[in-house]
Amino acid sequence: MTDKQHPDESADNSGASRRDFLKQSSIMAAFAMTPPAAVTAVEKGLHETIATRFEQMSLRVTINGTAQQLNIEPRVTLLDLLREQLNLTGTKKGCDHGQCGACTVHVDGTRVNACLTLAMTTEGCKVTTIEGLADGDRLHPMQEAFIKHDGFQCGYCTPGQIMSAVACIREGHADNPDEIREYMSGNICRCGAYSNIVDAIMDVKQGGQKV
Amino acid sequence: MTKDTKNPPIDRVDGRMKVTGGAKYFAEFTMPSMTYCVIVSSDIAKGSIASIDTKKAENAPGVVGVFTHQNMPAIPGWDAPAQGNGNGPPPGPPSGGEKYRILHTKEILFDGQPIAMVVADTFERATYAASLVKATYTKQTARTDLTKHLADGVTPKGERAADYVRGTADGYKTAPVTLEANYTIPIEVHNPMEMHGILAHWEGDDKLMIYAKTQGVKATQRAMAQAFKINPDNIRVHTEFMGGGFGMALRTWPQETAVVAISRKIGRPVKLVMTRSQMFTLVGHRPRTVQTINMGADTNGKLVGIAHAATGETASYEDFTEGTVNMTKFMYDCPNVSTRYKIVPLDRGVPIWMRGPGEATGAFALESAMDEMAHKLNLDPIEFRLRNYTETDPEHNRPYSDKNLKEAYQRGADAIGWNKRSNQPSSNRDGEWLIGYGMSSGTFNASRGQATARAILNADGSLTVQCGVTDIGPGSGTAMAMIAHNVLGVPVDKIKVEYGDTSLPNAPMQGGSTITSTVGSAVYDVCTTVKNTLADMATKSGSPLANSKANDLTLADGMLYLEADRSKKVAVADLMRSNNLPAIDKTQQSKGGSEGEKYSMYSFSVHFVQVRVHPVTGVVRVSKAVSVADSGRIVSPNTAASQMIGGVAGGIGMALTEEAVIDHRFGRYINNNLADYHVATSADVPHTETIVIDKPDPYINPMGAKGMGEIALIGFAAAVSNAVFNATGQRIRDLPITPDKVMQKLV
Repeated sequence: MTDKQHPDESADNSGASRRDFLKQSSIMAAFAMTPPAAVTAVEKGLHETIATRFEQMSLRVTINGTAQQLNIEPRVTLLDLLREQLNLTGTKKGCDHGQCGACTVHVDGTRVNACLTLAMTTEGCKVTTIEGLADGDRLHPMQEAFIKHDGFQCGYCTPGQIMSAVACIREGHADNPDEIREYMSGNICRCGAYSNIVDAIMDVKQGGQKV
Repeated sequence: MTKDTKNPPIDRVDGRMKVTGGAKYFAEFTMPSMTYCVIVSSDIAKGSIASIDTKKAENAPGVVGVFTHQNMPAIPGWDAPAQGNGNGPPPGPPSGGEKYRILHTKEILFDGQPIAMVVADTFERATYAASLVKATYTKQTARTDLTKHLADGVTPKGERAADYVRGTADGYKTAPVTLEANYTIPIEVHNPMEMHGILAHWEGDDKLMIYAKTQGVKATQRAMAQAFKINPDNIRVHTEFMGGGFGMALRTWPQETAVVAISRKIGRPVKLVMTRSQMFTLVGHRPRTVQTINMGADTNGKLVGIAHAATGETASYEDFTEGTVNMTKFMYDCPNVSTRYKIVPLDRGVPIWMRGPGEATGAFALESAMDEMAHKLNLDPIEFRLRNYTETDPEHNRPYSDKNLKEAYQRGADAIGWNKRSNQPSSNRDGEWLIGYGMSSGTFNASRGQATARAILNADGSLTVQCGVTDIGPGSGTAMAMIAHNVLGVPVDKIKVEYGDTSLPNAPMQGGSTITSTVGSAVYDVCTTVKNTLADMATKSGSPLANSKANDLTLADGMLYLEADRSKKVAVADLMRSNNLPAIDKTQQSKGGSEGEKYSMYSFSVHFVQVRVHPVTGVVRVSKAVSVADSGRIVSPNTAASQMIGGVAGGIGMALTEEAVIDHRFGRYINNNLADYHVATSADVPHTETIVIDKPDPYINPMGAKGMGEIALIGFAAAVSNAVFNATGQRIRDLPITPDKVMQKLV
C-alpha cells in the first residue's frame, strides 16, 4: 500500500518572508544612511551581518551578582543564553520543554525553568545560577548536604535539584519529607537519587542554616 | 586489605564538581567557530522520501550546510566492506550486522529516522533552518505492533539465544499444581537526563577531537577509527562526565558518525544536541516483550518444571538480543526447565540494553510466576523460594562462587515488616487504602574483564590513578580511589582519579555491572605493584627495613611499617628521595583467570515493597521499599547505596508508570516527551532502605566485589506487582500497573 503525502506548499513561507522582510528593511535603512556602503554590503553577502544586527535587542540583567549588558536575539531562551553565550554551563538542558527541571535557576529569588524563560523577559532582573550559589570556595549548605547524602549519581540534574531545593526551603515547602517530595517533583532525577535528595533537604532545613 | 574489612563510606570524589556546576558534560565544551547541528526527523515510519526541499533552509541566515541523502559526505569505513559484511557496518553491539546507514538512501526504515542534518552558526539559527526543510514521502504501512506479529518471531543466531532444555521440556505438565501465565512489558525508554549528541572537531586531516556522550571512550574511538579509516591514536575522545546512560550509550549511534563526517566536510567543529523527542527514536529503548511462563510444582512446594518463552521486538535492519530468559535457567532447583527466546523484526528503531536489561524483563515474569505459584500452594512466597533454593548452579552444574541469598531474604523481610503481611490477599486495610506486601529476587552475571590502570605515587605522598573508563554516574571514580587507598594507604583526599579520556589506559565500556570488578582489579594490581616497588627499596640492604620481608610491610599515612613491630618504619617520601625517585609510575594490565569456569558468579538482590492501593481510583503507591544486595564486598558504600535507591526509583517507574505508546496507525510515538512518558518523580518514591550483605566473593577478584547496577533494578517490578496482588487479590501481568488496569480488575 502506498500513498503520497504533500505538505501544503503555499502555507509555509511565513518564516522566510519574515526573514526577507527583516533583511530588506535593514538594507533599506542602511540605504537611507549610506547607500553605497549598503549596496557593497549586499554584494558581498554582508546583508546577513546587517540583518543580524537589526534582529538583536539589548538586555540588561544581573547574573550571579554581575551586571550584564548584552545584545541577543529575542528568541533566545535564558537557558541557551547561559549555556551557549555566557559559558554558565552549570544550568542543564534536560528537555527544553519545562518538563524536567534540570534548568532551574532563580529569577529575582523565584525558581523558574530557564528553558521556558525567554532571556528578554529577564530585563532588569537578578538571575542566580548554580555557579552563583556558593560563597567563593565556601559551598552553600545545600551543596554540602548533597555531597554528604550523596544526593546524585550522574550529576546532570543536580544543579537544578539544588536550586529547586534552596527555593523549596525559602518558600516554606520543606517542613516534612512528604512536602519536600511534592514540591521537588518538578525536578526529575533519572538516576533516582530522590531518597537521598529528600534527606539532604531535610538535613539543611533541620540544621537551621540560612539558605 | 579490602577483602577482610568492610569499607567506610566516603564522599563521591567528583561530588564538588557536580554540586557547583563545574562538571563539564560533552555539550558544554566550546571551540572556535563551532557550529550547531539539528536533526530533521522523518514524519513517517516506513516508505521513502519522494522529494526533499532544502533551499529555504540553505538560504536561512547563518546556515553552513544542509545535509541529506543527496549530499551526505561519504563515511569511508561504511562504504567499504568491513568485518566480512558487505554492508560495511560501524561496530555495533554483538548482535551486529547493521544495514541502516544514516542519510544514505531515500528509504525510511523507522519513525524519527534523520532525513536531514542542518548546520548553522548558532543553535537558534540551526533550529529555525531545520524547520524549513520540507519533505514528501511515499508511504508504506509500518509494522510496529509486536503483539500483531508474534508469529514472525525468529530465534536469533548464536549459542546464547538458542533454545534451552534441562530434563524434559514440558516436565511442568506432570506436576499436580500447574500455572500458565502471560506477562508483557511495554517499550521503555532510557531517558537519561542529559540529551544525547556529540561535539566533533577535525584538528587536522586525520586528527580528530571528540567530546562524546558514551559509556566507553575507547569504544567510540574504535568506532570512529573504523568509520573514517584513520589511526585510533589520532582520535581523542573525552567523556569525563556523562549525564546518565542506563545502556543507551553502549554503542556509537549513526548520527554521531554523521556529525563527524559533516565536521570534516565543512572544516569546522560541529555540536549536536538531540531533542528529547529524538531520544525516543534514535538512541534505542527497552524492547516490548511478551512472555509466557508455564510452571509446575508438587504439593510440598517443590518445583517440578518451568517453561519460559519470550518474544521481543527488534528492528527490521538489525538484530537485537538480550538475556530475557537467562535467570530461569539457574535461579531455582528445578529438574525440568526449558527456555525459548525469539525476536520479531519491526519497522522501528533498534532497541538497546536498558538497565538490568533482558534479565529485568525476564525477572518480572519469573518472579511474578513464583508469587502466583506460592499463592496456589498457600505458601509464603519466601518459603516457596527457600524450598527451591539451590547452592549450585543447575544450568552449569557447578557451585556458585558465593551466594548469600537466604540471609538477604531474612534481612529484607525483617526490615519491611514481612510479618505484618497476610498470605491471604485483600485482608489488610488502612482506611480507604488496601495494603499489600510483595517481594522478589533478582540476579545478574558477575564477571571480571580486562583493563589497564596507571598509578603515579609522588614523593609528596599524593597519588594519581588513571584509567580510560567512563563514570556515567555509579561512582566508578570513587571506587577506584577507595581501592587505591586500601592498597597504598594514601589518604583519599590525596588521591586524584582520572578517567573518561582515551589518552588514559585501556578500559572496557561501562555496562553490565562489570566496572568495579574489572577496572577496580586493574587499580588494585597496579597499586600493588607500586607497593611492591616500595617494599623492595625498603628491604634492600642499607635501608631502614633491611632484611624484612616485603609481605610483612604495611603502608599507611605515607609510612611503610613492619606490621609486627610498628616502631620499624620508613617514610615513603624519604625512601623515594634516597632512591632518587621523584615518583613511582607504573602501568599494568589486569584480567581474571579461570575462576569463571570453576564457579558460577552472580550478584543477587532481594526487593521488598509495601504498596497502598486505592480501590476506587485504582491508584497504586509504593509506600515502603527495602532492597537487599548480595554483591560481594562493597567497595564504596555511599555510591553503592545510591545505585540501589536508583534501582528502586527505576523499578517503580517500570512497575507503575513507564510506557512509550505507539499509535500503530502511523507507527509513531504519541508520548515522546517527559510530560507524557512518566518516569518516577520524587513524589512517587518513598524513603528507601538499602541493605548490603557485604561479604567478599572469594574468587571473582582481589576485592571480592561484584556488580550492583543491574541487580538494583532486576526483579523490582515483580515485587510491586506481587504486592498489588497481596493488597487486592488481583494479578496484573501487563506493565505498567496503571490505575485503569487496577480499576478494571476491582470493579
